[in-house]
Order: sequence, then structure tokens, then C-alpha cells
Amino acid sequence: MRVTVHLTSVLRADAEGAAHVPLEVVDGAALGGVLDELAARHPGLDRRIRDERGELRRYVNVFVDQDECRSVGGLDAPVHEGADVRLLPSVAGG
Amino acid sequence: MAYLLVIGTRKGLFTARSEDRRAWEVNGPHRLDEANDAGMSPVYTVGINPYTGRLLAGTESWHFGPSVWHSDDRGDTWSEPGTPPIAFPEDTGASLTRAWQFAFGPDPDTVYAGVEPHALFRSSDGGDSFDLVRALWDHPHRSNWFPGAGGAAIHTVLPGVLGAGRRSPEALTVAMSTGGVYQTEDGGASWAPANRGISAGFLPDEEPEYGQCVHKVAAASDGSFYAQNHHGVYRSAAPADDGWTRIEEGLPTDFGFAMVTHPHRPGTALNFPVVSQEVHFPPDHRLSAYRTDDGGDSWRPVNRGLPEDPYFGIVLRDAACTDGADVPGFYFGTRSGDVYAITDDGERWHQVAAHLPDVLCVRAGQV
Repeated sequence: MRVTVHLTSVLRADAEGAAHVPLEVVDGAALGGVLDELAARHPGLDRRIRDERGELRRYVNVFVDQDECRSVGGLDAPVHEGADVRLLPSVAGG
Repeated sequence: MAYLLVIGTRKGLFTARSEDRRAWEVNGPHRLDEANDAGMSPVYTVGINPYTGRLLAGTESWHFGPSVWHSDDRGDTWSEPGTPPIAFPEDTGASLTRAWQFAFGPDPDTVYAGVEPHALFRSSDGGDSFDLVRALWDHPHRSNWFPGAGGAAIHTVLPGVLGAGRRSPEALTVAMSTGGVYQTEDGGASWAPANRGISAGFLPDEEPEYGQCVHKVAAASDGSFYAQNHHGVYRSAAPADDGWTRIEEGLPTDFGFAMVTHPHRPGTALNFPVVSQEVHFPPDHRLSAYRTDDGGDSWRPVNRGLPEDPYFGIVLRDAACTDGADVPGFYFGTRSGDVYAITDDGERWHQVAAHLPDVLCVRAGQV
């Protein structure tokens, strides 16, 4: 199935400047699988989003369509054909 | 010969250059990455490779995690390795919070990184990539080390030295909060605690084998050590054999974070007292360094040139250093964003920078 990952501007340098990354992932893939495919396409991106355990960084929000992934299963969140996955910085800093 | 001071702050990285260590040209905050995310991140540790002049900066982006940046042109441009330079192996189940300390080994390519959570990494390529020092990670004491207020970190790494007259390329001394001081004589293959005499008022056993909250250890030119503990200032010529001796008499308090040694005179060190574990202000709200020239038998304030008004910014554990020159310069920065320098033959501190973000770390060298 086909999904599109939308990157916040801060992350685009790690994706050759792309704002949107269309991906082909296996049918039934969960969000983690989408991020795996994204990492394969743009290895430099993954370190910003997930730590070396593969866990989402605390202040990175990942939306599957309108749902922040942590409320719908985290990396196991279901993804459907045509889904929009948005990577956004959460509220942090000072 | 010019002098370079690298300043890591709560919000970004600054550098300062000087010909005479009195007048300074300050640059920054440096733009590390294109989006300027890392450039606005806390910089918890910096290093200047004494062999190559390469600068290292350990950042922790609020959003996108930690990294290690390097500059081979004295801070003008910065690069980040393509893969995370410090990462825990999968079997550890750990992830890097941040690098706390860079230290340089016996050759240009060997760099050590003390990190949070409590671990030591070693690079064999000048800091592009690091490997976990397994024996310390696997140490049976590790499960009993716990976080100090700043985090669970190895914050002090002193390559090549075990005590007075005991130097070896295979030697390493590290310190952590909490956990205390550990040493290896065999290049990191085995480690032993070296804390005898250091107090731990927050534990039932006030002088345990390990578990102390040692804030900073500095190696003197003869290989002996000075230590600022979580209450208690100490010196030791042979920590593993003779333990540590208290030397805080003459200081206004026994609490603080930073300790700097003279690069050529083993009896000389600078300390930066803080009121107490509860009150993190300079004693009497007066910014001052304290200096000993007799191995800690006596201390005197060194504060000419520093603000005489009430002052509330303290010096954190890595926010003081020396440039190691023949006539050494000493430097410190405060949580109020002021940075000062003095030369060993000078009579007063000179302001390097003012009104920066909180200064977390400084390192200086000749370039």
C-alpha cells in the first residue's frame, strides 16, 4: 500500500530537502513498518525520530492522519492505504 | 600563538579567540545544522583534541535527540557523522541521553566519551564513531549506581593516570554521579572503585566502597587528584591504595561542582564553592574562585575583576578549565552567562563574554 510521510521543515535536511516522502509499504504494515521504510530511504532521519532502541523520541509527535500515534497504539498504530503520516516536533525547550 | 575558548551553553555553542587572553572576540551561537535545531540545543560537553585541534561538541536536541558534532576549522563550520556516533548496542536495552564529557587518549584518534546513562565509550577515529567500553557497562556495581540531580552520568574521564607517578596509556580514571570514582589499569578490561575516604551523606553507610556523588575530579600535573564531592573537597595521590583526604578547610563551603588543576604545578588548584546541596548560590552571593598553592592545606579567594554586586550564577562541573599553556590561563563560565579568564601570572580576571545563556561547559587551548 502507499502512504505519504510529511516532514516538518527541521527534518527535511535529512531527506534531501523533501517535504513529502511517498512510500510503498507492505499491506497491513503498522506505523513502525512505515518508519522502517522511511529509515531505509533516508537513514539520517531515523535517529531524529527514534532512539537506538527503536523507541519514539519523547518530543517527536507522529500523527497517522489526525491521530497522534501514542493514542492509537504507538508504533503498532494501524496504517491504511493512502494514509498521511506527519512527523512534528512536540512542545519542548525553553 | 592565539587562544581559543569553546563555550557550551544551554542554548548553543560559542567560541572566543584572543591573542593576549585579555581581549576576546566572541562568536556564536554557531549554526551547527542547516535547520539550526542543534545550534539552539544544550551543549553539555565540548572538547579540543590536543593533537589535531579538532573541536567536538555534544548536543542534545530537545526534540531530535543527542549527537556529536565536530569542527576541523576551529569552529567556523561543523559536521555530524552520517550515523549516530554514540549509540548503545541493541543488547544493552539502553539509549543515549547525552554525552557529558570528552577526553583525549594517548594518540590523535583515541577519544573517550562519558555519557548518560552511566557508560563510557571509546573512539578510535577521532570522534566519528564510538564503541561501548563493555567491562564498565557490565560491572556488577552498575545496578546500584543511581542518578544524581543532573542525571545518571559518567561526567569525568581522565585518561592515562591512576595517581601520583602512576601514568600509563592503559590507565583510566572516571567519576560518576552517583557511583563515585572507578579506575582501570588494563585499558578498560577491568574496573575497581577508588572511593575510600569520600563521604556519602545520603547513604546509610557514610563511607561506602562506592556510590558516592563525586561531582568532579581533576588530575594534577604529578598524577594526583583533586575532587569536589557532593559535600566534601578531597585530594589523593593514590586513590586505590591510600584513599582520599579532606582538604576543604579554608574554603567557605565544602559543596560545589567544578575543580581545575594547574597543568604544571601539582599543589595548585582552583575551586568554585557553592553554598550547599540545598542552596545553589555562590557563598555570600559573591562570585569568586578559590585557589590553593599547597595541595589544599590552605585556600584564598581569587576574585579581582569579578562582579562585586550580589551574584547568583554558579559554576557547573565542566564550566571551568585551563588552556594548559606554559603560563596557563584559567577560565570559568556561570549559569548567569558570564565567562572569565585569568592567567597564572595575572592579578585579575578578565571578562570574556557576558549575558550568554547558562554556561554548561568550557574548554580552552592554543591554536
